[in-house]
Amino acid sequence: MSNMARAKVVAIPIPTGQIDPERILESTMTSTPEKPQAPVTEGQAAPAPVAAEPEVVPTLSFRTVARSLFKHITRDRIISFLLGCISISALFLVWYLGTKYRFEFYIRFKNVPTPAEVFNQLTQVGLSNKYLVNIAISVKRILTGFFIAIAIAVPLGLLIGKYERVRDLFMPCVEILRPIPAIAWVPMSIMLWPNNEAAIVFITFIGAFFPILLNTIHGVHSLDGVLVRAGRCLGANEAQLFWNVILPGSLPHIFTGLAVGMGVAWVSLIAAEMISGQFGVGYFTWEAYSLVDYPAIMLGMITIGVLGLACSGVIRMVGVLLMPWLAYAPGGRR
Amino acid sequence: MSVAEAHAEAARGFIDVRNIGVTFGRDENEVVAVKEVSINVQPGEFVSLIGPSGCGKSTLLSIVAGFVKPTKGAALLDGKKITKPGSDRGVVFQQYSLFPWLSVRKNVEFGLKMAGVDQNKRLTTARSLLDLAGLLSFENHYPDQLSGGMKQRIGIVRALATSPQVLLMDEPFGALDTQTRVVMQEILTNIWQQFRISVLFITHDIEESIFLSDRIYVMTARPGRIKAEIKVPLPRPRTPEMTDTPEFMNLVQELKGLIREESLAAMAPEIKDRGLSGFGMKVGPKGVGELY
Repeated sequence: MSNMARAKVVAIPIPTGQIDPERILESTMTSTPEKPQAPVTEGQAAPAPVAAEPEVVPTLSFRTVARSLFKHITRDRIISFLLGCISISALFLVWYLGTKYRFEFYIRFKNVPTPAEVFNQLTQVGLSNKYLVNIAISVKRILTGFFIAIAIAVPLGLLIGKYERVRDLFMPCVEILRPIPAIAWVPMSIMLWPNNEAAIVFITFIGAFFPILLNTIHGVHSLDGVLVRAGRCLGANEAQLFWNVILPGSLPHIFTGLAVGMGVAWVSLIAAEMISGQFGVGYFTWEAYSLVDYPAIMLGMITIGVLGLACSGVIRMVGVLLMPWLAYAPGGRR
Repeated sequence: MSVAEAHAEAARGFIDVRNIGVTFGRDENEVVAVKEVSINVQPGEFVSLIGPSGCGKSTLLSIVAGFVKPTKGAALLDGKKITKPGSDRGVVFQQYSLFPWLSVRKNVEFGLKMAGVDQNKRLTTARSLLDLAGLLSFENHYPDQLSGGMKQRIGIVRALATSPQVLLMDEPFGALDTQTRVVMQEILTNIWQQFRISVLFITHDIEESIFLSDRIYVMTARPGRIKAEIKVPLPRPRTPEMTDTPEFMNLVQELKGLIREESLAAMAPEIKDRGLSGFGMKVGPKGVGELY
């Protein structure tokens, strides 16, 4: 009988015949418990005629810039920043103490260079041409392999995810090739490609390819079917559906794939450079080992870490820029 | 404006469902979801389809929308056989189906964009529709920033943006709380009166179907058939006060009786399995509960 009781509660006069947006607004604003989840200023909700917003001309002054910068410095962010500093410092502290006291209990810090030695290495070798060229070459290889992987894995993943027949055709190959680690491709790759450079890029590509492909497929599968149906009902043809519904709907998963793929690409690249390279950060590190140049080994390792961090940072930033809606998604970033 | 006038003016939007049968599965797994159903919606008419859960009412709507092909029979829109989804039929889903990556306005513009309408025209249309839904000030918000009632209002105007001839609504207010629901029903009747569009509305809420419709089809439990067709003689425009009139109450009682029989029939196997035959029901050999 609750339905009957409900029927009696109704007491909102709605104008009849001609619709009156103001009245509807009033009634919905005042009589329903609807509240937007994100802050929405009530003032905005006043019945506004079409296109009546005043044009706000943004004026740039030092004050406004400073204010907008300060607005982003919240207590929460300061705490995260401080914790991040603590975590990095702890790492350096262990390193410093271990090398200072020549810690030796099963693991041996005897030959490990001190932070100061590595810093010296950085100032001497580090800013030399050779070191920077090595970095540039590694980054170039990573980007080439990674972008080729994106260009192939994302469209293929969308098609495999969408069409069962494409899936049947490609998945057996994918399932066989996927467990082979990129490092195991090194000998084959050297045989296969005309030069070393192409071989290394290929190995980087292999490393990035599978995480991107599988996450893209997963993205299509986890896309709510009602959105695809809604797209069709609104008149989208197959191509429009891909571009306007399936791609943006899978984008969060694609970016997960990009982040994972970038990590694996670095692992693969460094391994390839160590085995067959003539340049690159991996080669730099391996060469240092053969020359018994311990500080350079550490420098190479740290360089790889920083470059990897920078790459995943860039991916995350691009993700935030491309998917602003995720900030409001349930269980999203915030 | 009377319903008759609306009919006269909206010459198109005639849904004709003829002897539809839908069967899922094969051989011993075969399930007859809908059996020989014929319904129609006259141009500009508001028709509800009501029945116990699992009776195939959503399947029927999916056929008209073009998602499901019937095993038997055909569904026609203005004499043309429906074979696939299209923007001549606006659909409002039970689940929120706004694209979370598009702003509210871009969501409303979606159908027009697909049709290749230029940006200025899209903007004007979307804004006037959002104004109609009372949500113009939220045009740049993302759907996840809005409440359920707001999302469904946008879902309705988004479906209307391409000027379809019919609007198909699959329990659009099912996920909303009671108060929001009541307001949504009024907003919908107002929008309907402005657009004079044919509506096929699916619900399991009896009051809702009476308040909104010109005509109500009651479906039986699976396999779904049409059990009754009831005209709602209440005058237009409908007001919330009408829900207190004896006329309205009588309709509610009549429909409740019809639905109750079917709900019991739908649940009968389970009731029999659990030995709950003491609820004033006779349990027959097939487990079909009979009333008192």
